[in-house]
Amino acid sequence: MELVQPAFLLVQLVAALIALNHRDLMVAVIMFAAFSFCSALLFTLMDAVDVGFTEAIVGAATTLFYIAVLYRVKRRSSA
Amino acid sequence: MRKGFGSIVLDVAFRHLAPFMILYAVYVLVHGHYGPGGGFQAGAMLGLALCLVQLVQGHDAKPKWGLGMTAGLVLACVGALIYVGIGLAAFVWSGNFLDYGVLPIAAIPAEARALGILGIESGVTLGVMGVIFVIFDLLTRDKGQGA
Repeated sequence: MELVQPAFLLVQLVAALIALNHRDLMVAVIMFAAFSFCSALLFTLMDAVDVGFTEAIVGAATTLFYIAVLYRVKRRSSA
Repeated sequence: MRKGFGSIVLDVAFRHLAPFMILYAVYVLVHGHYGPGGGFQAGAMLGLALCLVQLVQGHDAKPKWGLGMTAGLVLACVGALIYVGIGLAAFVWSGNFLDYGVLPIAAIPAEARALGILGIESGVTLGVMGVIFVIFDLLTRDKGQGA
């Protein structure tokens, strides 16, 4: 059970690195959603249910906004 | 984004999801005293439910259900007005700003305080809901379509 939090932290690290480095912005948005979800789970595991709840809702809202922005811009970044 | 999803699976799924999201948001608002939740979370969830409704219907000329741009802005401003109004109403009964205990809405100050906090949270809910819906509506608006 004590390995759950490091596992989530590892998933967060991998998701953050992929979101930073991937060319396809849709993949970056999905990885950011995974990052946000793992962070909500971590807050809940640390008995901060209120923070975790807020993080889950704000993560859903920002994912929706990013996808709405992807509708406006080109999907692939040039860098 | 003039049309909605257009896929029957997504349409049917979100059609059934939206009412439960709205109901749960109201539960989060009124249960905020006793458990996790509160005005901001309830408002964000209501805003997301309204965005889902918009996604299912698309930007048609006359949406059958849901908010428009103007209604969203008006609701956000009404929310801020409720917050400031309840805060300033305490001045009338010679209290401080947001001092709900002096309001003559209940027999004992503790109950007045609880009711005042519920009023404030309702204002926050309306404000957050309106702002999230307006941001989403502006982002998904087609080019050349005026505000």
